[in-house]
Amino acid sequence: MTTDPTLRHSHSVSAGRRRILRRIGTFFSYAGLSLVALLFLFPFFWMVSNAVRSNTEVLTVPVRILPEEYQWGNFVEALVSLPFGAFLMNSFIVACGVTAVVLVISCLSAYAFARLRFPGREGVLLTYLSTLMIPQVMLVIPLFLLVSKLGWINTYHGMILPVAFSSFGTFLLRQFILGIPKDLDEAAMMDGASRLRILITVIVPLAMPAIGLLSLFTFIAQWKSFLWPLIATSGLDKATLPLGLTLFQTQQGTSWNYIMAGATISMVPGVILAIVLQRVIYKGITVGSGFGGR
Amino acid sequence: MSESAVAEITLQTGQPRRLLKPETQTAMLFLLPSFLGFMIFMALPILASLALSFTNWQLLKTPSFVGFQNYIKLFAVDPAFYTVLGNTLFFAVEYLALNIIVSLTLAVWISSLKRCKAIFRVIFFLPTFTPTIAASVVWLLIFTPGGLADNVIRWLGLGLPNFLLSSSWAMQAVVLVTLWANVGYNVVMFNAALDLVPKHYLEAAMIDGAGPWRRFWRIRLPLISPTVFFATVMTAITSLQVFDEIFAMTRGGPGSATATLGFAIYQKGFTNFQMGYASALAWVMFVMIMGLTILQFHMQRKWVHYDD
Repeated sequence: MTTDPTLRHSHSVSAGRRRILRRIGTFFSYAGLSLVALLFLFPFFWMVSNAVRSNTEVLTVPVRILPEEYQWGNFVEALVSLPFGAFLMNSFIVACGVTAVVLVISCLSAYAFARLRFPGREGVLLTYLSTLMIPQVMLVIPLFLLVSKLGWINTYHGMILPVAFSSFGTFLLRQFILGIPKDLDEAAMMDGASRLRILITVIVPLAMPAIGLLSLFTFIAQWKSFLWPLIATSGLDKATLPLGLTLFQTQQGTSWNYIMAGATISMVPGVILAIVLQRVIYKGITVGSGFGGR
Repeated sequence: MSESAVAEITLQTGQPRRLLKPETQTAMLFLLPSFLGFMIFMALPILASLALSFTNWQLLKTPSFVGFQNYIKLFAVDPAFYTVLGNTLFFAVEYLALNIIVSLTLAVWISSLKRCKAIFRVIFFLPTFTPTIAASVVWLLIFTPGGLADNVIRWLGLGLPNFLLSSSWAMQAVVLVTLWANVGYNVVMFNAALDLVPKHYLEAAMIDGAGPWRRFWRIRLPLISPTVFFATVMTAITSLQVFDEIFAMTRGGPGSATATLGFAIYQKGFTNFQMGYASALAWVMFVMIMGLTILQFHMQRKWVHYDD
């Protein structure tokens, strides 16, 4: 070995130093982002932290980060004494109802647009697409008039049907069905299957990733929905969770701890779905080129 | 005579015309449910909304046709309209800019990591899966007079007023909450797009001596520009409609400092029962959304790069 020992030495030192610098950089990158993430999560922490205090402690100055005394019973209390339990139920019924209608409608029309030929197909499709730009608040006034004319105010179908006909699902599923080989349809057709049968037994199982994503986004969008339930209901008995939260804010604005308990309850399904389905969401958002959830 | 004969011949030699082919019949059957719903709950309301905007309807009285009077009142008589319009544009511009900057920064940051990407994505995504009203109510508690925000401001010695009581700061609180509640969607979308940027492009640029800043502006951003464009259009459309946060946190106040179009439409329609006037406001919003979307599609040629 004739290499200059000093040269080799300096080389390895600089490589080592670079590695150390990179490690320090990585450390700060993780630490910095973790700090941002913690700040981001803080409102959730604050919500739960205030949900388990007594209401006098919520408004005590100076503010305490952790409760003096944990009142876990607030959650039970909120569900029992205030109708948060009923709100929870209403939210589930409406969100599931809309999701069911959206799935049936979207599967049928997406299949028609993707696989069947009929005159004016592209024009109808384009018209459907353009409706995605209509602001919801523009429809709300005439929809309210329509629903009250039909006598549907404060009914589940009045809360479900008027919002279940967005064309977003039709597009998402159509794009996905276009990617399914046509040979499969044709093979089933040779066996004498009807179009409806092909849709149910061939297309739907293969389109499950897209259908799952559509269900998830529809459910969450309805779970979050506020404006239409606000307008389509007239009392506490059909109010959904978001509605309930604001009703208590105005009527008995002092029970912050119960409102926070209600807010915590209202975000549980979302948190579970977001964590369990994070890979599906991540993939789906790119596949659906981001149309989802709006 | 000769012309009509030609027409007749072409009609007859055309393929045999049955009224509807079986495939068309099936298609119509499949489309029927969505078509009916679309007609009843979309097309009819849009037409009704347009018709209503030309009437003076106080809900309990009979509507009367007033022509363009609602629109004239909006632009020439009602001084509150320009406040509302200004608030809406102010919110939309600030929110859109912050949303894109913050979501791009976070997405680049997350995609530079080797591990734990999914954890960070879920954390920033959580508020978008939370009812906006729940998020707003939590922030309302934070901003309540004497609440956490006031304490932090005093502790830091910033000398700021309570946000929700100050007409110049209330909108900043609404922007902050809306940003917190919605930024995660674009973070995840941009993160996914960045992860799809081919590694060898970045490596080649690194060999050529391009630093991280240059690599972002010259390689990453152009490559994800279609996604950024899409997100910008969608975020702009939703930001012009902001309602939930304002309803839960400020009800348009203090004064009319946070009254946006979305809130004004609700207020005029469902608090004052001026359905005609509210419908005219809704059409102004629709025209704004259309205009902005067309403008964005027009401008995309300058900065969006599509891979051909």
